Amino acid sequence: MAREGGQQHRTTRKGEGTEESPEVEPSADVAERKERLDEDVDAILDEIDDVLEENAEDFVRSFVQKGGQ
Amino acid sequence: MSVHRVMGTEVEYGISVQGQPTANPMLASTQVVNAWANAGARARRARWDFEEESPLRDARGFELSRDLADSTQLTDEDLGLANVILTNGARLYVDHAHPEYSTPECTNPRDVVVWDKAGELVMHRAAALASQMPNNPPMLLYKNNVDNKGASYGSHENYLMDRATPFGDIVAHLIPFFVTRQVVCGAGRVGRRQDGSDAGFQISQRADYFEVEVGLETTLKRPLVNTRDEPHADPHKYRRLHVIIGDANLSEVSTLLKLGTTALVLRMIEDRVLPGDLALERPVRELRDVSYDASLTHLLRLKDGRRMTAVQVQWEYLEHARKHVDRTLGSDVDADTTEVLQRWESVLNRLEADPMQCARELDWVAKLGLLESYRDRDGLEWDHPKLALIDLQYADVRPDKGLYHRLVRLGRMERLVDGAAVETAVTEPPEDTRAYFRGRCLAQYPEQVAAASWDSVIFDLPGRDSLQRVPTLEPLRGTKEHVGRLLDRCTTAEQLFSALTAR
Repeated sequence: MAREGGQQHRTTRKGEGTEESPEVEPSADVAERKERLDEDVDAILDEIDDVLEENAEDFVRSFVQKGGQ
Repeated sequence: MSVHRVMGTEVEYGISVQGQPTANPMLASTQVVNAWANAGARARRARWDFEEESPLRDARGFELSRDLADSTQLTDEDLGLANVILTNGARLYVDHAHPEYSTPECTNPRDVVVWDKAGELVMHRAAALASQMPNNPPMLLYKNNVDNKGASYGSHENYLMDRATPFGDIVAHLIPFFVTRQVVCGAGRVGRRQDGSDAGFQISQRADYFEVEVGLETTLKRPLVNTRDEPHADPHKYRRLHVIIGDANLSEVSTLLKLGTTALVLRMIEDRVLPGDLALERPVRELRDVSYDASLTHLLRLKDGRRMTAVQVQWEYLEHARKHVDRTLGSDVDADTTEVLQRWESVLNRLEADPMQCARELDWVAKLGLLESYRDRDGLEWDHPKLALIDLQYADVRPDKGLYHRLVRLGRMERLVDGAAVETAVTEPPEDTRAYFRGRCLAQYPEQVAAASWDSVIFDLPGRDSLQRVPTLEPLRGTKEHVGRLLDRCTTAEQLFSALTAR
């Protein structure tokens, strides 16, 4: 990827902020970690599935707004 | 240089009446606003004072006592009156067929987050109240900016600025900043073009709706920099910069950075420390190109021939800000400013490495992560209605249905402010601006406050023929420090007014 003009920033950047990364046990190897993340995502989607409005197509179509500012 | 300055947000919410796509949105919005206003169960509601020049006569006209039955039989004249001021100093009203909440004046980005979030609670509860009225179907509110059929509605920011700063400087330095800040504070959108007719994701809700660089309009030919000049304060000292280019954010980090980074850039403009070397060749076009590129690799073309990513342009502003803070404050830098600088840097670092690392903090990344997970699991193309539904429902203000709220509950979104503080902010004003005076007058003397606006509180006092107007033209006066003890002491509005006018 071509990048121009940003190099001078490198000196002032700090290390990657890792504190916001998903919690993973330090001992977990990569495969275990991926499996856990997949299960995690599945659990989230299951929960979201439960609250999503039924009949997505109709619901989205009926959301009609007047323009504002 | 600090992030501290008088600032606030104003958000128009999307509204739909469940099962009635053709319902009149002005009527529905009015019912929502009135439901909240009437929930105070006061005989009298303080009206918004539009007529700052001749308030006394007009303010009398606001003195309507209405009951719940009114709101189902509103005439057009009534519709224009759904406009109330709250004890937290905020304004709740109907604007362009949407319910809108303007935060009270705050002095720092964190407080804006708190009172902006309080607005979400007000909207959620107001809609719930309106939905409980006889014969009313549920009313649903969305903190978003588009319907994907061509309509867009605003989420604005306001910043008090020094009048002495030339507007040309503001325009020149803000445009590259505004075009690129969406990588930090975009809310994410499924659909491209104004009517959403092209399938795909984009970073910003609003990018497709801006057509010119500078102008007065807010509903047509929207400009990157809006020139509306109503300071709601002493016009010789202040300008109010009315920013119309932002997205409505649910994420607290997005809101904090939206207000905080913009406040820093404005101070640098006022202090004339920006070199002005970031002018873009085609800013309106670039706004859209940046929004359409979730990989963040698009190279913007600068007037001097350089090409930079949006994140790199943001780095330029951040580095100038760091230097200016060091130069002006050194180790005396305040915690609010440090927080904004650190978070801005942290987010830019990770956006450059892998945007998904910001999924717990930024709206557009959180939304994209959810959408991509659904695409992976269910094999959905970008034109699948389920993805459009996820985009819409992300912004549903109901805690049980809104997907942002679900992500928070699942521990997938970082919160910055305490829920108890937001709850308090539903009724209490900030203590360090004139909103404190306004809010406390409303809470303490509901029968005697006939009207109010950003720069006045108007009293209707027993035994006086005319209304009495107390101007509040100085946003940093009327604070708890200034008037807290006075308000504690004055049990009646008459006592307060006498004390104020005796000075």
